[in-house]
Amino acid sequence: MKKNILLIVLAFAIIIFSLYMGSQRGDLGGADEKIEEVIKEISPNYRPVFKSIFEPPSGEIESLLFALQASAGAFVIGYFMGKVKND
Amino acid sequence: MIKVLPFFLLFMLVPGISYAMHIAEGFLPLSWCLFYFLLVVPFIAAGMKKITSLYELDKKNKMLIAVCGAYIFLLSALKLPSVTGSCSHPTGCGLSAILFGPLVTSVLSLIVLLFQALLLAHGGLSTLGANTFSMGVAGPFVAFAVYSILKKKNLKIAVFLAAALGDLFTYVVTSLQLALAFPSSSGIFSSAVKFLSIFSFTQIPLAITEGLFTVVLFDYLVKNYPEIKKLGEFKI
Repeated sequence: MKKNILLIVLAFAIIIFSLYMGSQRGDLGGADEKIEEVIKEISPNYRPVFKSIFEPPSGEIESLLFALQASAGAFVIGYFMGKVKND
Repeated sequence: MIKVLPFFLLFMLVPGISYAMHIAEGFLPLSWCLFYFLLVVPFIAAGMKKITSLYELDKKNKMLIAVCGAYIFLLSALKLPSVTGSCSHPTGCGLSAILFGPLVTSVLSLIVLLFQALLLAHGGLSTLGANTFSMGVAGPFVAFAVYSILKKKNLKIAVFLAAALGDLFTYVVTSLQLALAFPSSSGIFSSAVKFLSIFSFTQIPLAITEGLFTVVLFDYLVKNYPEIKKLGEFKI
């Protein structure tokens, strides 16, 4: 148990270190838009073949949906953990 | 790790743009989209069949497969900062690959990728096949292989390396997919080097983080649900 707490602390340390290092090297922006630039650099004539059917209208809505995704996952894991412990 | 370190440090000193995550909607030519769709169909079909047989074997597996899916949901929603100056997210596929094998993981990845493509404009419907191949087939097969080889020696290290290397390999495959579709003027190889150097470095700290989280969750599951060890004996 103690070991596991240490592992979680280590994971958070890596994230915080990455945040510190990363913020000095870049804007920590979401990366998939940047793919576009690189692909255009490599093949300037390429035009996207499809467009997304639905795009979150704003950053707020997008973060809402990401939070929903994460919380749905966390809920199921937490439910199972509680259940097996009590069985 | 020690061998990689000099490159790692070198990379931190070289400025440049970094990007990661799934291939966006529209950013793969149609023929490649079709190719990857056809490529993943057998894995998805075999995965569905395996999930059905796991249900029949033991009702409890249903709940456990849901937990594996939930773990992928959770981790792939977390965009974490990387030392390269951009954000990417882990895949979370390691746990499922370890417990149920890569085929089940292919189906779970498809579900998560579909959710993200439809609601978040993250990844895409046309690139769903390609993204399922990297995240749901390539990565999980590596994770499963690493786990199978190392589990008798040291279970925790096996789980850690399986999750971390599976995560990393997913992004290696994504860069190769992009390089194949977009070879630069000097060929596929230079294009691949370009995509790879950026991709893999961004993902390294995230892969380590995913490995650590997976060890903790796996350990909890083994302690509280001892039947889980039997699952590790499953074949592909």
